[in-house]
Amino acid sequence: MRGATHAQWIVCAVAAALTATACGGGDGGGGSGDAGAVLSASWGDPQNPLEPANTNEVQGGKVLDMIFRGLKRYHPETGEAQDMLAESIETTDSQNFTVKVKDGWTFSNGEKVTAKSFVDAWNYGASLRNNQRNAYFFGYIEGYDRTHPEDGGEQSADTLSGLEVVDELTFTVKLSQKFSTFPDTLGYAAFAPLPQAFFDDHEAWVAKPVGNGPYAVDTYTKGSQMSLRTWEDYPGDDAAQNGGVDLKVYTDNNTAYTDLIAGNLDLVDDVPASQLKNVESDLGDRYLNTPAGIIQTLAFPYYDENWNRSGSEKVRKGLSMAIDRDQITETIFARTRTPATDWTSPVLGEDGGFQEGLCGEGCEYRPDEAKQLIEEGGGLPGGRVTITYNADTGSHKDWVDAVCNSVNNALDNERACTGNPVGTFADFRSQITQQKMSGPFRAGWQMDYPLIQNFLQPLYYTNASSNDGKWSNNDFDEFVDQANQETDTAKAVGLFQQAEEVVRDNMAAIPLWYQNGSAGWSERLSDVKLNPFSVPVYEQIKVS
Amino acid sequence: MGRYVVRRLLQMIPVFIGATLLIFLMVNVMGDPIAGLCGERRCDPATAAQLEREFGLDKPVWQQYLTYMGNLFTGDFGTAFNGQEVTELMATAFPVTIRLTLIAILFEIVVGIALGVVTGLRRGRPVDTGVLLLTLVVISVPTFVTGLLLQLLLGVKWGWIRPSVSSEAPFDELILPGLVLASVSLAYVTRLTRTSIAENRRSDYVRTAIAKGLPRSRVITRHLLRNSLIPVVTFIGADIGFLMGGAIVTERIFNIHGVGYQIYQGILRQNTQTVVGFVTVLVLVFLVANLVVDLLYAVLDPRIRYA
Repeated sequence: MRGATHAQWIVCAVAAALTATACGGGDGGGGSGDAGAVLSASWGDPQNPLEPANTNEVQGGKVLDMIFRGLKRYHPETGEAQDMLAESIETTDSQNFTVKVKDGWTFSNGEKVTAKSFVDAWNYGASLRNNQRNAYFFGYIEGYDRTHPEDGGEQSADTLSGLEVVDELTFTVKLSQKFSTFPDTLGYAAFAPLPQAFFDDHEAWVAKPVGNGPYAVDTYTKGSQMSLRTWEDYPGDDAAQNGGVDLKVYTDNNTAYTDLIAGNLDLVDDVPASQLKNVESDLGDRYLNTPAGIIQTLAFPYYDENWNRSGSEKVRKGLSMAIDRDQITETIFARTRTPATDWTSPVLGEDGGFQEGLCGEGCEYRPDEAKQLIEEGGGLPGGRVTITYNADTGSHKDWVDAVCNSVNNALDNERACTGNPVGTFADFRSQITQQKMSGPFRAGWQMDYPLIQNFLQPLYYTNASSNDGKWSNNDFDEFVDQANQETDTAKAVGLFQQAEEVVRDNMAAIPLWYQNGSAGWSERLSDVKLNPFSVPVYEQIKVS
Repeated sequence: MGRYVVRRLLQMIPVFIGATLLIFLMVNVMGDPIAGLCGERRCDPATAAQLEREFGLDKPVWQQYLTYMGNLFTGDFGTAFNGQEVTELMATAFPVTIRLTLIAILFEIVVGIALGVVTGLRRGRPVDTGVLLLTLVVISVPTFVTGLLLQLLLGVKWGWIRPSVSSEAPFDELILPGLVLASVSLAYVTRLTRTSIAENRRSDYVRTAIAKGLPRSRVITRHLLRNSLIPVVTFIGADIGFLMGGAIVTERIFNIHGVGYQIYQGILRQNTQTVVGFVTVLVLVFLVANLVVDLLYAVLDPRIRYA
């Protein structure tokens, strides 16, 4: 990129061939922190149309994070939810909230951001008619069951009865139950405000989204590139330190990495596993590997009798103790994973509910005790287990095989554990939702917002949205309910930790490791950071 | 001739229907595509049902197929999950892959046939042995190895080219990927031409032509080569379709957003509309290429007639 035309490119190639001189991009520059310079970064094609309430994967989320600012924003380093557009969010009972929006914010098309921008956007997101993948985020707001009937019934309302615009910059939210940490969830992209332009000409908006963040979309060619440029009149205090970002779609992160090494790309935010051994020599200190809010676990099918009888918790704990997490994270993941010792993530921090070592001996490698525990618990169902995973992405095959190896060694049985690959992610997911699993299966969880609630409730609460194993425990549910009613944050976190202890005592799922985010960048860039969602903090990057 | 073409075109219809039906069934066997749409999380049932209705997935497969075929005849290839029309995807993907295929085919024709003629005329000489060895190496090394190696050497180590192709994918950037894509077929074309030339060189009509005192170049191009090209043309014709569909590996390595990329994405995301749409067009390309090859026979060898 960087302005080299194709003719120049050929000349370069010829010149290089003749004189063996390097023919870089010719970007020139020098000095540090050119606020007008544009950087190029790797990107993947978003899976769903780019709308705030319709984007649930990292690639689309990246863009939303650049072009939108919501009521709250998670601090790029600490993950703490801080007021962004919110002047104040007040409640007396953890159920009725009054939200005041800061004055002076506009969308990049000039429209003012008002209370209505939020209420309209949330109503749109919650309405079943609009097919929004993230609609469940509005599930706590009163009236959701009428705009989004879960039982497949007829939609009887278009707007959420719990939302009410008071004046231009104030609106109230009524929840259907107490939820003390509700304000902290509002940093999630699904809660972003939408301009009237979105509703007036939806097709045009999706083709070129307009938001209120530090960047504005300049051009968007679906499937190949999105050019974002710094929005000059951005009113926030986190304005971009560079001129813009060109997001380029790569089909393979290996190619992106090659392009970075060759000097054609500035930023790669997913260093391929196969390159990890070269990354030090290739990039030196221009490489980052930090924990993200992602945990990998093995879930169990509790709808299967074998895994839901008394004593089976011993079998699960035994399996967990048969896994040598240290060795696997080192040899297979080159330390880009950290062995898990609880069911949340280090990005939450101590105050947020992360508790190192909560899992205790259950997550330590103790092959002898593992074998004994499994025998006490009645042995593996049918004498063996299979671990189901999808083989199309990631390096799931590698670690599942390693986990099985570790289990087989601990149990002294070559055939105790085998992997069961499923061809595509879609098929894997559909087998899970149809409850066809007969043994443990891969379960990854990437947090929506950095709250301990988000690591526990969606996964282990009875019939929760991502409780794929259908685990159900009254004690756990009770603690979660209490925590949600607790207005004092510290106390709420304590109650969630008690709930987590219930998960531990039953070994509801085996925690494997926390996943890191990685990034590599060119010499032009400085101040590259990854936020707790493992997305680069684009607006802070300086380009020279 | 005319009747022959019409008959061949009519034969395409069942092949076309059969092929699309097969692909349709195969994609459907892979499970529920909606399940993969919401990431690690289960789509909430109401939204899932709504999406299923929208994409017509709630109907039985045979009905989906009939609707699909019906729409096809009005030029409607359906919508991908990200809201883009499949025809829109095709409009961006096919030109790129066609350019790539053109370059590959050009390499095959120009380099492959030239090498074949040279070696065929000099059988047993060092040139022949050398090229034979070289083609053997090319055939035995997988495309992704050649591709990655060339990308590393030319793109990263020496910096002659850019390791990845930009989204516009102009001809000049596609030369190396085209060569990589063509490499294996190129070797086959060389070997086919060589054998064919070597065989025909001893035939009566070549001896007659030489005896008539025709210049050597004319003997080779008009008499020898023309007759030797029939197996080569058959191969190249079949290769067009193969290259277009089989470009997945090359396109991945060089980040080319062509047909291979779209089909790969479609399969991963289990997007029936994309996969079936693209493969349908590829089937058509295959059929037409085969027809053209058959018609070319008559041009090359007038003894072949179509009734």
